[in-house]
Amino acid sequence: MTDMNAETVVLGDLADGRLSGATAELIALGRKLGGPVAVAFAGVGLESAASEALAAGADKAYLLNSPVLAELQTDALVAAFEQLCKHSSPAVVLVAKTPMGRDVGPRLATRLGVGLAQDCVDLRRDSSGTLIATRPVYGGNALAALAFSDARPSIVVVRGKVYPPLAPDPARKGEIVRFEPKLDPSAVKARTVQFVRREAAGVRLEDAAVVVSGGRGLGGPEPFGMLKELAGLLDGAVGASRAACDAGWIDHSYQVGLTGKTITPNVYITVGISGASQHMAGCSGAKNIVAINKDANANIFKEARYGVVGDWKKVLPSFIEAVRELVKS
Amino acid sequence: MTSPRAPVRILVCVKQVIDPETPLSAFKVDPATKRVLAAPGVPPVVNGFDENAVEAALRLKDTVGAEVTVLSVGQGFIMDVMKKPLSMGADRLVLAQDPSFQDLDPFATAYILSLAVRKSGAFDLVLCGRQASDWDNAQVPLVLAELLGLPCVTVAQKLELAGKGLVVQRALPDGYEVVEAPLPALVSVSNELGEPRYPTLRGIMAAGKKTPVTWTAADLGVDLARLAPKLRVLDLFAPPREKQCEFVAGENEADAGRLLALKLREDKLI
Repeated sequence: MTDMNAETVVLGDLADGRLSGATAELIALGRKLGGPVAVAFAGVGLESAASEALAAGADKAYLLNSPVLAELQTDALVAAFEQLCKHSSPAVVLVAKTPMGRDVGPRLATRLGVGLAQDCVDLRRDSSGTLIATRPVYGGNALAALAFSDARPSIVVVRGKVYPPLAPDPARKGEIVRFEPKLDPSAVKARTVQFVRREAAGVRLEDAAVVVSGGRGLGGPEPFGMLKELAGLLDGAVGASRAACDAGWIDHSYQVGLTGKTITPNVYITVGISGASQHMAGCSGAKNIVAINKDANANIFKEARYGVVGDWKKVLPSFIEAVRELVKS
Repeated sequence: MTSPRAPVRILVCVKQVIDPETPLSAFKVDPATKRVLAAPGVPPVVNGFDENAVEAALRLKDTVGAEVTVLSVGQGFIMDVMKKPLSMGADRLVLAQDPSFQDLDPFATAYILSLAVRKSGAFDLVLCGRQASDWDNAQVPLVLAELLGLPCVTVAQKLELAGKGLVVQRALPDGYEVVEAPLPALVSVSNELGEPRYPTLRGIMAAGKKTPVTWTAADLGVDLARLAPKLRVLDLFAPPREKQCEFVAGENEADAGRLLALKLREDKLI
């Protein structure tokens, strides 16, 4: 059973008061699935984000307002989206794999008694209209294709940077619907009281066109100084494998991988990284992987476009010097 | 800082998984059953993030005093593997095992865990790993908290008892958030918490003498109809790898570094 008039609802979120890139990606995915696409925003002062959502391809924006939503606590969001789903019976709910979305999706699915596919990299309907989600499992060593049942809604948590957003069209028209969930302040049991930011200076890892990452093979914290120098020459950012972060050589905010950041640079230079699938899950969108590793059998060389088999202590200094000369010319 | 009630009663949920360090060359999927096959001779392990959760529990045991019970749901448990949390310092092991506990989805797993948690008596804190290294769903902690009606904080890098509740640092891509929750609560733990401790010889000896409590589906009153997966696995396959690596070599390693830079320039990548 596929009701093509049933909505796809995207759980929207904002970045600095504007429509987040992740939300724009999900609107594009919703359009690809067919049928009307609505974006649900919770909180206050959402009108401009709603217009941006319509321009990005949505047909409707739900604005969920309640004093209990003011702080955007997860417990309140789950309760609000639960009420919206019960009210509007969407066919599909799309959730971005963000720190918030990863939590909201499974809790919403439990309350609605429906299935959920986590961390999806592909979503399509087969010829009978069945929704099929594809997701990496076993750290990316395998892919699973999962079929949803007819239970409504199908909830899909989608990995970032898989679907490009549509070009915004400010002339697009759509409907703005206000929805006031009935929320009790006691619904908020766990409460975020503070955010502590630890952002690296320079180009953001997630946005960088060039990323230089180091792993276990570096053997200590000092070599990251060389990686920073190289990244600086290429206007890039520094990253790291989980092993290097767990060893305390560099902060976890630099971690690339399944449980770290997802990056999509044009050039990804890895030094002393073996290329375990848990790491590759964070950089599968990199266009050109360059690997320096002393083990010729390392998995990274199966994913790389360029490779040097050798000791980074000998390879890297001359590589950096040559890059320095080249970027000058 | 004093604990609300000492000792704190902690349940840690752990899963036995195929060793994620299995080399890719030994990674096999059985297309007929749509299951990943364990490599011959490679024993399963306790999921890594679940060991981080055990570590979090043991730190509370060290600092404020705690009774730590480890809970697992499944079948085909290897006792040497499942006793590892005991040898690290946990007090008790409860295995919910039944032939019907196979190919469970996160909703079914959390449902069985919720029955086991209730059966195990009063508790202050439930800890889980942030996700399991097999299906990477990161779902069981959230579903379990919903089923038990508990406040839930995920991806913890630090947790402390304070007053009548918990203060948790939840890891974020660029820092962390501080979350407060009353007890009892459920927290999922991430690797940022720090490395799990190694079992001591004394711990291994003590664990050897302990007999796990085992509960079957009937003991727990499991409604078998609730174990059916909500999604159907259509396919499970190793993704194709078609990339061809161009190896750059020179007279020596330093020369290779120089030639690599020239190659990248030639291909207009830098």
